Amino acid sequence: MTAALRFDPIRLPEKCEQLRKEVRAFLAEEIAAGTFDPHKPNREDTDAPEFSRRVGAKGWLGMTWPKKYGGQERSFLERYVVTEEMRVANAPTRRFFVADRQSGPVLIKYAPENIKMDILPRICRGEICFAIGMSEPNSGSDLFAAKTRATKTDGGYLINGTKIWTSSAHIADYMIAIFRTSQPTKENRRHGLTQFLVKMKQPGIQVNPIGQITGQHEFNEVVFTDFFVPEDHVLGEVDGAWKQATSELAYERSGPERFLETYYVLTELVRAVGPNPDTRSAEGIGRLVAQLHTMRRMSVSVAGMLQAGKEPVVEASIVKDIGTVWEQQLPHRVRDLAAFVEETATNRETLERQLDFAIKTAPKLTIQGGTTEVLRGIIARGLGLR
Amino acid sequence: MAESDNIVVETAEKIFADLADPQEINNDKKDSWQAPLWQALTEAGLPLSWVPDDLGGSGASLADGFALLNAAGRFAVAVPLAETMLAGWLLTQAKIASPEGEMTVLPSSPKDRVTLDADGALSGRCRGVPFAKAAKHFAVLAHGKDGVSIALIDASKSRIESGLNVGYDHSDTVTLDKVQPVTIKAAPKGFDQTTMMLMGGVARSLQIAGALESLLDISVRYSNERVAFEKKISKFQAVQHNLARLAGESAAALAAATSAADAIANAQSFDDEVYLEAASAKIRCAEAAEKGGAIAHQVHGAIGFTSEHILHRYSLRALAWRDDFGSESHWAVELGKLVANRGADELWPLVASR
Repeated sequence: MTAALRFDPIRLPEKCEQLRKEVRAFLAEEIAAGTFDPHKPNREDTDAPEFSRRVGAKGWLGMTWPKKYGGQERSFLERYVVTEEMRVANAPTRRFFVADRQSGPVLIKYAPENIKMDILPRICRGEICFAIGMSEPNSGSDLFAAKTRATKTDGGYLINGTKIWTSSAHIADYMIAIFRTSQPTKENRRHGLTQFLVKMKQPGIQVNPIGQITGQHEFNEVVFTDFFVPEDHVLGEVDGAWKQATSELAYERSGPERFLETYYVLTELVRAVGPNPDTRSAEGIGRLVAQLHTMRRMSVSVAGMLQAGKEPVVEASIVKDIGTVWEQQLPHRVRDLAAFVEETATNRETLERQLDFAIKTAPKLTIQGGTTEVLRGIIARGLGLR
Repeated sequence: MAESDNIVVETAEKIFADLADPQEINNDKKDSWQAPLWQALTEAGLPLSWVPDDLGGSGASLADGFALLNAAGRFAVAVPLAETMLAGWLLTQAKIASPEGEMTVLPSSPKDRVTLDADGALSGRCRGVPFAKAAKHFAVLAHGKDGVSIALIDASKSRIESGLNVGYDHSDTVTLDKVQPVTIKAAPKGFDQTTMMLMGGVARSLQIAGALESLLDISVRYSNERVAFEKKISKFQAVQHNLARLAGESAAALAAATSAADAIANAQSFDDEVYLEAASAKIRCAEAAEKGGAIAHQVHGAIGFTSEHILHRYSLRALAWRDDFGSESHWAVELGKLVANRGADELWPLVASR
């Protein structure tokens, strides 16, 4: 018996390559039409509702979901291809990404049938945006310290408290959040939290923007004051959210978005050094590509595990740990390697502008969606150390 | 490639467990374990796994042979198993029958070159040749005026300057001075020294990944036994996080190596995609050997630094294996050139090609 984790060399089936061509053609059309600029990750307006609808019309949202909910019943490997092509092209995916990746799967697993029939097809059509309400002002990595209360009332619950760092809350139509329905017990400090579906843009919810060091506005503070959530919006077991959170993590933590966030600077570096790089540039690029290739193979392998119905939480944590540390260091390595690029390189300005943004983005990458420390704790538990 | 999903690996693991127990080997100062181990491996047909029946081997698939090398890495096996397998594989490319006994391949570094002259004799100096001293024959890739040839030569016809690598295994300098080969044939079209180096590099990558698996196991076990400050050191968060990083390095090495092995086992030719896989495996496994080995030693403290402890059998071999068939720096430069030459917009299509 070995503690080592195996990532079987899953290959993408032939039909994925056909799909990849379709996605690339679609994105090329969108770029040509001016929907977005692939060289500009720091777009002012990253909310692109029309683009979102066109992606939905292609059948690329909720791809793996049952057809009766608007899905395509396609494989996780096909979804993987769509996700990585969108990410590499810097396509504006913000509006649909969270719903497609994790909110939809949570609803499929825990929501009542009428809600599924109402909401899932709209996600598939790219019409609605989701946010995730986890962190609170005094509860970040320590999820189970959450205090925002859901108090039982006639026909539902009244919510009071504050969520924070909530990405896209200002444009979101729905949020999936955890609220406290009872106190933790002596035996189980994770007891007492319940997952809820929340309809946004209603009285009783106030969304306050929070400025970020990149100059962008992505996350928010969300204040609930006697906000009413109907009974059938409870997702899963009352007081039992802690049992439900884990399977979500494998979806959230292993995808291509966990190492491709700053990828664009590598492409631009290759362009800047040209076809005949010096030894230093060649070695630097070679190492980065080898590291990138390895992470992608691991990430594709996790998609294969998901397709096989497994819950590869530890494997996903390894992908996110290695992947986010890598994408965080990438702009700095590219900056090192670009130091001696010819002044005359035609894309010099683009590269410099991209580096400026990527370097500002980098610190968040090992924090969002589970910090490095949390991930290493999960891996250590998988090794039998805690 | 799960641990024992094929008969080749099962057979090998049984032999390794019986005759290559790391602690017993480590206690044996006279290396008296080597001969019985080699004999058992030979009787099971493992050194010539990649040679078909009609050329003197046991005809295992490429995939089974790669899995065997990974298992050999898990035991840090210090006999020329990988080298003989590679030599048999090289000879098979030119349909040359493999002799019995230990073999190794020349050259073992992309920097060295063996030349074939008009009289059919081979000359050249090859450094860092693993287990040359133990080999009875060499499988040689040579450059002549008509292109690339593959030859079998008698090891006693060469001059060997003995050396040791970082892991205390033989890594010798072999000089050929107009050596007449036993057999020589033209290499198949498109087969060159780079092909051989990529194959050797993947073999080494699988061995490194195997050694890292064992480094992780040994370190996890030790952390659950060793008590300091009145608790098991596995309960300290700093130690847990180090071991989590070691698990990540081990997983990355194994993923890179098995992916490259799978790519070669299913490839029609050594195209850019296979090049990416094989070069990446060697680069990433070498990096993992450095980072992972350092953590394993850190977890063990002083005891892991003693010659009595088995840790170094894995950590030092993993480091030594980095050097064979092109170091990670070599492959990084070559891969970087390939990527630059294809151009920026062809990088993603290459990475996403499989």
